[in-house]
Amino acid sequence: MEATLFYILAAFIVIFAIAAVTSRKILRAVIYLLFVLISISGLYFMINYNLLAAIQLTVYGGGVIVLFIFSVLLVHHVELELEKTPIKKKIIAGLLSVIGLGITLWAIFTYPFQTANTYKSIEVADVGFKLLGYEEGGFILPFEVISVLLVAVMIGAIIIAKGKKLKEN
Amino acid sequence: MIEGISIYEILTLTSILFFIGTYGFFTRENLITVLMSIELILNASAVNFVVINTYLYPDFLQGAIFSIFIIALAAAETALAIAIIINLYKIVYSVEVKDTETMKY
Amino acid sequence: MDFSYTIFIPLIPLALFLILGIFSKKIPPSISGWLGSLGLGTSFALSLYTAYHYYLEGKLNGVYQTFTYKSTWLIFSDKLHIDMGVLIDPISVMMLVVVSTISFMVHLYSRGYMKGDDGYTRFFAYLALFSFSMFGLVLATNLFQMYIFWELVGASSFLLIGYYYTKPSAVAAAKKAFIVTRFADLGFLIGILLISYYSGTFDFSEINNPEGYVITSWASTSFMGLSVMTWGLILIFMGGAGKSAMLPFHIWLPDAMEGPTPVSALIHAATMVVAGVYLVARLFPAFSFVENGFALEVVAYVGAISSLVAAIIALTQNDIKRVLAFSTMSQIGYMMLALGVSKYEGHEGLGYMASMFHLFTHAMFKALLFLGAGSVIHAVHSNYLKDMGGLRKYMPVTHITFLIAALSISGVPFFAGFFSKDEILAAAYEHNMLIYISSVFVAGLTAFYMFRLYFGIFWGKEKQYEHTPHESPMSMKIPLFFLAFMSIAAGYIHFSDYITADRKPFSAHLNYSLAAIATTVGLIGILLAYIFYKKENNLADKFSQAFGAFYKWTYHKFYFDEIYLFVTKKIIFGIVASTVAWFDKYIVDASMVGIGNVTVSFSSKIKGMQSGKFQDYAMAFVGGGVVLAMVVFYIWIN
Repeated sequence: MEATLFYILAAFIVIFAIAAVTSRKILRAVIYLLFVLISISGLYFMINYNLLAAIQLTVYGGGVIVLFIFSVLLVHHVELELEKTPIKKKIIAGLLSVIGLGITLWAIFTYPFQTANTYKSIEVADVGFKLLGYEEGGFILPFEVISVLLVAVMIGAIIIAKGKKLKEN
Repeated sequence: MIEGISIYEILTLTSILFFIGTYGFFTRENLITVLMSIELILNASAVNFVVINTYLYPDFLQGAIFSIFIIALAAAETALAIAIIINLYKIVYSVEVKDTETMKY
Repeated sequence: MDFSYTIFIPLIPLALFLILGIFSKKIPPSISGWLGSLGLGTSFALSLYTAYHYYLEGKLNGVYQTFTYKSTWLIFSDKLHIDMGVLIDPISVMMLVVVSTISFMVHLYSRGYMKGDDGYTRFFAYLALFSFSMFGLVLATNLFQMYIFWELVGASSFLLIGYYYTKPSAVAAAKKAFIVTRFADLGFLIGILLISYYSGTFDFSEINNPEGYVITSWASTSFMGLSVMTWGLILIFMGGAGKSAMLPFHIWLPDAMEGPTPVSALIHAATMVVAGVYLVARLFPAFSFVENGFALEVVAYVGAISSLVAAIIALTQNDIKRVLAFSTMSQIGYMMLALGVSKYEGHEGLGYMASMFHLFTHAMFKALLFLGAGSVIHAVHSNYLKDMGGLRKYMPVTHITFLIAALSISGVPFFAGFFSKDEILAAAYEHNMLIYISSVFVAGLTAFYMFRLYFGIFWGKEKQYEHTPHESPMSMKIPLFFLAFMSIAAGYIHFSDYITADRKPFSAHLNYSLAAIATTVGLIGILLAYIFYKKENNLADKFSQAFGAFYKWTYHKFYFDEIYLFVTKKIIFGIVASTVAWFDKYIVDASMVGIGNVTVSFSSKIKGMQSGKFQDYAMAFVGGGVVLAMVVFYIWIN
């Protein structure tokens, strides 16, 4: 049964991804992206990594997609259709992507992955301890760096968004 | 670890998603849609990390933790990119890719 | 015996040239005239002193010695090197005296003649440059040094002929002189290269050495029947023929009369044009012994033919300076043929001595003739005989000095020209009868045209003059007096005591019978000129009509200029040059331009890669990554 669920989720992901990438109406593309992200979150649930699934839903669905929608509404006439890309560009890009995909798949399939057969679900407590752990293999440093990065991004976004007005002040 | 699904299938899925994202990056005409394609790419790689972690090395947690960072980074980058796009819009009054070609020969 | 002070003789004019040339705007004209004359006067005094010192004390065991002072300049190989230095031997000392005398006289004369001219200082600077170059040529120790100064002389002659640079005819004449002599110098250079390649030296003392390579082993390499050394000497003579206006390179000399008259007196009468004669005299041992004097025969015939043709042309010219130019060509032909018929030992070398003697006396009276003609032209403002007549009343000094010079050139006894011309005729008589007869005929023609000129200018009916012609000031008369004195006195120098082919003095006696023949021929010429030209009549016109077409040819100088122009324009330019020019323009240039165009078009096609579209860049990025991945995997698999 889980396999079936997986295949359904996989189908959703692929179809909605293609739709997001080729749609000519921008708001619909954003919504298709939302569906892709929700499906990926579903995938995380299936692996029993509940924390990340929740983070995915919250951050992406609640943050990034909202951001996208607001920016789309800010700069666009929503009902306008996007332009068609020239065929030549599509063919070259398609060709390139397909070749890249081919090489990646070939690299994957010729490598003998040794799957470990134990099963362990990832608990929030484990993740928490790891994130704040000082011992070897602990991720305290990247954790702090990420927080600094987020602060920098916030400040930078404010400054960039203010633009000329900041200079005049 | 999903019962009945080998790692190969999941890795295939993420690869397909990744290259759909790159196709979208090459082809799209609107800066915001290009950003959306970048989101697809980043998500594919995050899934990759988690999957390899749970299938091949279930005793360790590096992959899982790293994907948290990836998500954080992707969100931050999107925010900044949107800010820049808005700024560009104020100057050029367009978010089409073809209006950003000023660094031409 | 130290002659190193002779280095100052060329250096003084060089310093003068640099000073007058660099500061030409700041030096007032009177000072530059004085400076030039003073400098050349010093050189004149120094050369007289050198001559006194050398001829009285330069002998060792009865043979005149050569003194050289040189330093090595360029080294090509350990045996072949070019030196720069000073060579003192009988002919170079004589030439020093000639050049410095005439140059000094011309400087004095020019102070008055060129007064009021805008480029006065420039003129004296050029005169100084010319004097320096001529001195350097005369004192050269080796072929290459002589060639360097040869070219310098040509360049200063160009500057002086084209002195009135605003006149197109003067500019054209200067160009013509330079190009014709340059063309002849091509032969000179090839000759130098041939001789130096085979003998391994440029030095005159080595080439003329009786035990050196050139004279002993000339037969070792031959080309088309003649020894390579002979070819080299003939080519060197070609260069000398160009400078000395021998046929067929004579076309520049009549046109060179566009320059101011002092220039004609200095360069084209007395000094530069005798450089070719000097060259043959300098290399005389080589000319004499290589192939038993084959090259000397070429010299003799060229000289004889030139003198004959020039004398015939001079009969018909109306411009007095042209007549004097052709007269110069004729007299130089005399000098060349005298060298050509000469042998080496003792009395056999009479021709050599006669040639040098005639060079000396000719310089004196020809310069005098030109300076006098200059005064006349200045007085009547025209070069043409038809505008002159009866000037003896207005210009007595010019009249008398011109008469002295004309008598001298015609070979009238007791004047200098008689003695030198007689020696030449004696040498020709002893060695080549055909040349002797031609020379006697030329002597008659010389007397005739010279007195045609004399009677035409100073006698005959007076023309309408714009303003009464007046005599030149005293400063311009002093050179005339001195040169007139020399035109008489120079004949009495016993040249054979000083200048001979083998350096040993011999005694030359006047051959009275030959002298009588020559004098008679000369007097007949003078008499004919008297009949035709002293009073106004149309005997001359009737006579010239009797000759008809031949007269027309002679009047047009035998159409040499027209023939040369035809060959150059129609044949060389039209056929050879235009083909090569077409090739150059449409094939060579086109391929160069084509390479440029190909590059430009290729670059404009690939500049699309810099499109400014980041998606294209990303595509290139991924494409490159894909290719690399394929390569890596391919290698990994194998």
